[in-house]
Amino acid sequence: MNNEFFPLFFSFHFYLFAVIALVSAILFVTRKSPVAAALWLVNVMFCLAALYVMLDAQFIGAIQILVYAGAIMVVFLFVVMLLNLGKPEDVSDIRGNLPRVTAGFVGAALLAEVMVLARAKWSAQLTLPVASGDAVRSEPGGIIAPIAEVLLRDQLLAFELASILLLVAIVGAVTIGRKRS
Amino acid sequence: MDQTQLDPGFWPFVIFTVIKMLAIFTLYMVGVAYTTLAERKISGWIQDRHGPNRVGPWGLFQVLADGVKNIMKEESMPGGVNKPLFILAPAIAFVPALIAWAVIPFAAPLPTAWGRVDMVVADLPIGFLYTIGIASLGVYGIVLAGWSSNNKYALLGGLRASAQMVSYEITMGMALLCVLLVSGNVSLTDIVAQQQGSTWNAIILSIAGFLFLVSAFAETNRVPFDMPEAESELIAGYHSEYSAMKFSMFPISEYANMVTTSAMFVTLFLGGWDIPFTDWDSTGPYTVGKAIATFGMFAAKTIFFVFFYIWVRWTLPRFRYDQLMSLGWKVMLPIALIYLVIISAAIVALDMAGLGRGPVFGYAMGGLNLVCLVVLVLVLDRGRLVSPASGRLAPDEVERLRRRAPMRATLAPEEIR
Repeated sequence: MNNEFFPLFFSFHFYLFAVIALVSAILFVTRKSPVAAALWLVNVMFCLAALYVMLDAQFIGAIQILVYAGAIMVVFLFVVMLLNLGKPEDVSDIRGNLPRVTAGFVGAALLAEVMVLARAKWSAQLTLPVASGDAVRSEPGGIIAPIAEVLLRDQLLAFELASILLLVAIVGAVTIGRKRS
Repeated sequence: MDQTQLDPGFWPFVIFTVIKMLAIFTLYMVGVAYTTLAERKISGWIQDRHGPNRVGPWGLFQVLADGVKNIMKEESMPGGVNKPLFILAPAIAFVPALIAWAVIPFAAPLPTAWGRVDMVVADLPIGFLYTIGIASLGVYGIVLAGWSSNNKYALLGGLRASAQMVSYEITMGMALLCVLLVSGNVSLTDIVAQQQGSTWNAIILSIAGFLFLVSAFAETNRVPFDMPEAESELIAGYHSEYSAMKFSMFPISEYANMVTTSAMFVTLFLGGWDIPFTDWDSTGPYTVGKAIATFGMFAAKTIFFVFFYIWVRWTLPRFRYDQLMSLGWKVMLPIALIYLVIISAAIVALDMAGLGRGPVFGYAMGGLNLVCLVVLVLVLDRGRLVSPASGRLAPDEVERLRRRAPMRATLAPEEIR
């Protein structure tokens, strides 16, 4: 649905998904049961994917579903169910009031940062020229080619470093997980 | 692709989309219902018995009788279940299989008075990324059913499902990457067009197709990968505690997944709605006849793979759980990774040789595919069929063994150890 056809329809659904995402996020941090919390987080992921798609970033939206909802949260649920965690007080990393207050301040600082960035003027070096979804789509390679060009050609070093980081994390997980004889 | 015909305007677009959604939903649900009958009929045929044949001619109304029975049955709510999730889980299991159909192109575009209508509900630019994203959600229904049932066998079934489906998704993604390398696009419409222009992906990417098919069996929890509901170990696995229509939703979602993955395989590897050995369907102006013929072709291919699922179920025994995990991680994933490297190297080499995507490209990839297939068969065979142990014996030894065990219905007493 192109937003130039139905601006009201578009805005309504954009804010609808935003409100669902916020409500789900609040429910996610307030639920006592780990499984319920994880499912509300999945709901947040879905709403974020919907928002990405509405902003013409279909690839990010699909990857959001595929990676977060389809893989990471499934593994989260797997671990939560396997351990059958009961009381949040026993498993929480945050104990006492000082860490809670600190976490609250960090959250507020991040929110302020996002709000400032949303209103800031970007320098031209940081942004790419905006192309409409239909224009990108008709090119060979479709909508994934522009992302692949940036990721695998212009920013190759950063991409490779990120893959090495992930590899190191996997090796570390295997090392920790191995039984010591 | 003929781009000269105009796209329809806005309101025809909305109306045609609604019609397509209703048509697909109806056909799909009827198809899924009759897949359950097909399963029982084909299992009867394979096991040399009749199968259901009492309700209507050839048992054709058995599906209706089953539906009415499941709805009329008493539903029990076991004690100690997590009620919201227990009720929600069957629905969550069913929805992903249904909405994955939105992006699958099922026929040639239809010419109408308002312009060209593509025979796909939503031609998303993200194509199969959407489909695998949605397919990866199918695990939630099973896991939540297992967890909310408050039953350790159900929980074990749910945990098995999540581990199994996450593992095989990786192989499936790797197989799809090979398709992406050859097609250069993720849009399913473009993948079908590319296969019409050159050749079907199954011919140049047979191993990727095979890996996709095996992963699809694991994703749909069909035999030989039906560990989440292994009745010899886990009662009925994740749906042990369900009854009546809520139970029925799980088999329905399994059959729906079968039909969806068959259609996906057909679209990605067998040219979608392409009719083989002719250019009649993909060139020239679109006609109503072409749309109907291509839809028939698509349906025939999909139905064949649904039959293939059923055929495998009544042929192969179930894996053990550790075998299933080692197959996924130690056999299929390495094969997929090696194959991905070979395919990308071949494509880079052919591009550097300046061959483009012409017929030479097809022949080269086909030849490479043949070599890969032979190597894979020899590796996986481990000297059982291609060069069996009996082939390495001396001829007189084989003759001696033959004389010792003549063809008899029963063994002689001294031969029983």
